[in-house]
Amino acid sequence: MSMTVVLSQALLGLNVGVFYAMLSLGLAVIFGLLNIINFAHGAMYMLGAFIALIGYSFIERWFGISMEIGFWPSLILAPLLVGALGILIERTMLQRLYKLDHIYGLLLTFGITLILQGLFANYFNVSGTPYPGQPESLSGVVNLGFMYFPTYRLFAIVFSLVVCFATWYFIEHTKLGSRLRAGVENPELTQAFGLNVPLMITLTFGFGCGLAGLAGVLAAPIYSVSPLMGADLIIVVFAVVVIGGMGSIMGAILSGLALGLVEGLTKVIYPPAASTVIFFLMVLVLLFRPAGLFGKEK
Amino acid sequence: MPNEELLRIENLHAWYGESHILHGMELTVREGEVITLLGRNGSGRTTTLKAILGLVGRRTGSIRLHGTEVIDMPTHRIAHVGRLGYCPEERGIFASLNVDENLELPPVLAKGGMSVDEIYRMFPNLKERRASQGSKLSGGEQQMLAIARILRTGATLLLLDEITEGLAPVILKSLGKVIHDLREQGFTIVLVEQNFRFAAPLADRHYVIEHGRVVECIEAAELEAKQEQLNRHLSV
Repeated sequence: MSMTVVLSQALLGLNVGVFYAMLSLGLAVIFGLLNIINFAHGAMYMLGAFIALIGYSFIERWFGISMEIGFWPSLILAPLLVGALGILIERTMLQRLYKLDHIYGLLLTFGITLILQGLFANYFNVSGTPYPGQPESLSGVVNLGFMYFPTYRLFAIVFSLVVCFATWYFIEHTKLGSRLRAGVENPELTQAFGLNVPLMITLTFGFGCGLAGLAGVLAAPIYSVSPLMGADLIIVVFAVVVIGGMGSIMGAILSGLALGLVEGLTKVIYPPAASTVIFFLMVLVLLFRPAGLFGKEK
Repeated sequence: MPNEELLRIENLHAWYGESHILHGMELTVREGEVITLLGRNGSGRTTTLKAILGLVGRRTGSIRLHGTEVIDMPTHRIAHVGRLGYCPEERGIFASLNVDENLELPPVLAKGGMSVDEIYRMFPNLKERRASQGSKLSGGEQQMLAIARILRTGATLLLLDEITEGLAPVILKSLGKVIHDLREQGFTIVLVEQNFRFAAPLADRHYVIEHGRVVECIEAAELEAKQEQLNRHLSV
């Protein structure tokens, strides 16, 4: 097989990988800080995509207002709305469960997922609605030398990488980030110093959800927008987080990217295994390094 | 004219879950004083500090910091109201933060705190290790860092829990000098101390605690006269 085929599959794999990375990053941030396994993360991603779709195609149809919210405003608006919903969920529901076992948070967020999915499945086609709002400036293809690659996909890769590494930098190398890490390690003492840890937790949950919403908007022009788009992806993303190591920020980003690549390349080598190779790796990691590739053994 | 009361505790009860640890604590600390809480393990000295900060399960009674009642206040506001600096028994150095980050973690509570440069002049060995992770420090270095980081915040009332525990004699000596210097600079200090020989020359007043209440209050001047009572309480 030619090098071009391998490279182009690798790039397509990377394209999937950045979505894994963005979603698993949000999950890792939330798990690392709150010890909550946010099953609703996929629903937040789906919601981000739907906010973009509704803003573009449905405002006039539903409300009779002649208005169209384009891709760029959605890229800002959707994460803010999804983040706000996250904050609402944390403040009104999750906060009551912190003293209980992890499983309660998981059950609650799983329930929220089913409700949101059901709600959207009631109004939208389960098999997907295309998002027509891809900006003109990102249409067409770019000649990369070895292949022609869709401009929008290239944009999605670069944009996601910037967001992922900015998040990592913020958490690992800024003062506010060090406060977050301190709040994770020893919340009592961090509060005794006069830092408002509950507020930090709420905002972090909102931020993690916003990140999922952002990924949803980015995905809308590539994949069709469907009530189940998050459910399909979230299982893979959980596997990515397990492989990277629960709670490890860099681990989530790198393993997201790497597993997207692995999946893409498997499509070249042995296509039938492409959708299961990640789970095979997850089993291996769990057997031989249960804390994950980047996680610390406890 | 007597100095302002920075801390007044009255009829303080505190619980961890079902267990009732403090049974009517009473104590008062005025500005510029150094006091100690003495007592056997499990007598409630550490719990008293934690109760001041709202780190116990439940607390009732009255805790006034600078005259403000804080008994119902959430923990993260108490440090600001009381301009409190807290050094916990287990030192509480954050393993995931380096020395600089540990130092700069506690937020500034009031003007007049030391600058990072001043702190590194006071603790020169910390400066050499400023990029090291908290987990890589020796016990003595961790203890110095735990004290150093609350001096940056402008805290005027320091709650120091068992700062001498597990330290080598040579480090004890320099720690004694640090506390002495802080006292000279006008800091108000509550010391929970096991090492009476360390605490005796530093403190204005000693509270002996048993079963979660004060059983004896000894001024520094009465120390010699009451030595025997004290020994009995501490059973040394």
